[in-house]
Amino acid sequence: MIQLENLTKQYGGRAPVVRGVNLHAAAGEFLVLIGESGSGKTTTLNMINRLTEPTNGRVLIGGEDVRAGDAVSVRRQMGFVFQEVGLFPHMTVAENIGITPRLLGWPADRIGARVHELLALVRLENAEIAKRFPAQLSGGQRQRAGLARALAARPKIMLMDEPFGALDALIRDELAADYRAIHNKLGLTTILVTHDMTEAFLLADRIAVMRDGELLQVATPKELAAEPANDFVKRLIEIPRQRAEKLARAMQSA
Amino acid sequence: MSALFSAGFANLPDYLGQHVLLSVSAILLGLLISLPLAIAAYRVAWLRGPSLAVASVVQTIPGLALLALFYPLLIIVSAFTAETFGFGFRALGFLPALLALTLYSMLPVLRNTITGLAGLDPAIIRAARATGMTPWQSLTMVELPLAAPIIMAGIRTAAVWVIGTATLSTPIGQTSLGNYIFTGLQTENWVLVLFGCISAALLALMIDRLLALAEDGFAKRTRWRLWAAFGGIVVIVGVSLFPLFGHAGETITIGTKSFDEQYILGSLMQDRLRAAGFATARRDGLGSTVAFHALTNGDIDIYVDYSGTIWANEMKRTDQPGRAAVMAQMTAYLQKKYGVLALGSLGFENAYAIAMRRANADQLHIDTLADLAAHAGNMTIGGDYEIFSRPEWRAVTKTYGFHFAKQRQYQSDFLYRALASGDVDAITAFSSDGRIAQYDLKLLPDPKSALPPYDAVVLISAKHAHDQKLIAALKPLIGAIDLRTMQQANLMVDRQTDKLTPETVARWLDAKITH
Ligand SMILES: Nc1ncnc2c1ncn2[C@@H]1O[C@H](COP(=O)(O)OP(=O)(O)OP(=O)(O)O)[C@@H](O)[C@H]1O
Ligand SMILES: [Mg+2]
Repeated sequence: MIQLENLTKQYGGRAPVVRGVNLHAAAGEFLVLIGESGSGKTTTLNMINRLTEPTNGRVLIGGEDVRAGDAVSVRRQMGFVFQEVGLFPHMTVAENIGITPRLLGWPADRIGARVHELLALVRLENAEIAKRFPAQLSGGQRQRAGLARALAARPKIMLMDEPFGALDALIRDELAADYRAIHNKLGLTTILVTHDMTEAFLLADRIAVMRDGELLQVATPKELAAEPANDFVKRLIEIPRQRAEKLARAMQSA
Repeated sequence: MSALFSAGFANLPDYLGQHVLLSVSAILLGLLISLPLAIAAYRVAWLRGPSLAVASVVQTIPGLALLALFYPLLIIVSAFTAETFGFGFRALGFLPALLALTLYSMLPVLRNTITGLAGLDPAIIRAARATGMTPWQSLTMVELPLAAPIIMAGIRTAAVWVIGTATLSTPIGQTSLGNYIFTGLQTENWVLVLFGCISAALLALMIDRLLALAEDGFAKRTRWRLWAAFGGIVVIVGVSLFPLFGHAGETITIGTKSFDEQYILGSLMQDRLRAAGFATARRDGLGSTVAFHALTNGDIDIYVDYSGTIWANEMKRTDQPGRAAVMAQMTAYLQKKYGVLALGSLGFENAYAIAMRRANADQLHIDTLADLAAHAGNMTIGGDYEIFSRPEWRAVTKTYGFHFAKQRQYQSDFLYRALASGDVDAITAFSSDGRIAQYDLKLLPDPKSALPPYDAVVLISAKHAHDQKLIAALKPLIGAIDLRTMQQANLMVDRQTDKLTPETVARWLDAKITH
């Protein structure tokens, strides 16, 4: 479904921030991209929907190079969710969610029905929320609205850049579980970027580990735990277990 | 006092209408230029510096100078288009004022639009792209709406500047609320000055409040604020412009230079033309050479000039063949070169002459210009804004060998006061001025005839030079006003107490002529 071939990004004369990345996500797959800050996750994700253009290599969607067509129509076929959400502050929640269908020229009643459907899907049922402006929502509600906006034009592909990063742990787990359910229900192909190994283990079909712009290992959570490719991956996957142990000890001594 | 006020109100529909028409056109034209320019500069970074720099430089030019610059510029352009394309256009009045004010309005709009757009949260712009907006959609659906409050604030600043500066368009022949201020200043009618200032300030204040409401409406996203603001502006503009649509058919435009005698004579001619059934308009307070060019260019149809002024400034003559010969040669010259009709002298001279305080002159035994030369080295001379650069001044200083210690320039009403209070020792005065008697000044005769005669002459543009009805309406004024009568009339406007408006004095003069 999504194929990255030798994808490379270099800014000016500096060392490339993404270096020869080869990655394949099958249709319906939930792929999590994990790595340290600055490892090139956002850059990689942005090259898929052409928010950033690669220096080298290419991105194929269903076998077609995304740079063959025009960037705008590529973007309208994919949902994108940011950590900072990026809801338009001058539009209501309903207007925000309906934006891509509107750009695609859907009739107003069809957009209205779709917005209604999506609010239910992301569990923002409170009828009056649709008329509010983003500033009048909680962080969790805002992230749900951002998710609904990304899903509005029925994309087959979802790109998510630390979508739950700014939320408190409780809401974060709840929303992550909700999204995984939506992913399954709608048969989406998702690439999700995170820092959080626990989240990666809980959500991913496969996990791709990045460091300094390079892909270190791509594997299912199970394989990753059993056979980490190197010390760095090993340390990374140990983090959740170490924390769980620390927590258990802390609970006992308390 | 109340008479002065009612005279103010009588002109309000015309002045306010013209003022609003000019300001609104300038603001709209300014927006039409500066908004796209700002957006281009926001997108294309290298445009930012130069466009802001140019707008800033324009801003540093004083408003009056900027307005004045456009008049000669347009005369040149008009002459060029007339020659190459066969049509000229009015270089005076609306057009130069519009262009100057348009330039003036640009800086705040440019600056605010650029900073408003450049200061947007990059995450929002990235989101706009990610949802599949084209650059244009992102601009119109996201970036401009979000920057709208800041852009509105810029438009507000521009509007207030333009409405204020529009008062300065009077001297280049565009009627505005500035007519009150300039006429009031010339005639020392402070009530009128105040009237003009207050009405312009009130207009600016109302527009400012309404635009502030619109700014608020954008910031708080409340539709009723926007509707109320734009509705209010439409009402003000509509009501102001309404009186302007009354005029139809051809109007005769009467020009005046910027002193009381001119206003009185302008009103007198206007009354006569109206009585004869003509629709009339006024272009008041024109600069001396501006008035002449306006006439030859067809921007005005009638005004009163002085034979010596044309003789020296236009014909570049320095010889002195005598009063009748100057008049005859000038008439022939104007007819031949411009097709302008010099209808004849009104019957008095308003000559440039040098005046001193009588006591001072007597004490120094100065009786004529010839006696003055010996004392000039210790004296300060005051003049109006024109005289020191006029050929007459060069002629008189050369003939008598004057070397004054200092030269100072004043608005004509302050000129007389400067002499009376001793700030200057001599001034260049006008012989028909009522204040010569009022301040007990001594006019120094010109024994060597360095200065030409200055008969007040009615000039009619080429277009109307053969209009018999018009000529018949003005002919009775020729030779009808003697120097004493004109001095009396001028004093009624100039004096400190019991001042009359030029319009009232014009009626007094009219009655006096008729009897
Ligand atoms: N426009 C740019 N110009 C120059 N360098 C850039 C640009 N965008 C990103 N970089 C650099 O590329 C590298 C990778 O950045 P990227 O945003 O992809 O990292 P990331 O893995 O998403 O990090 P984080 O987890 O902190 O979001 C960083 O070193 C960053 O400084
Ligand atoms: Mg990132």
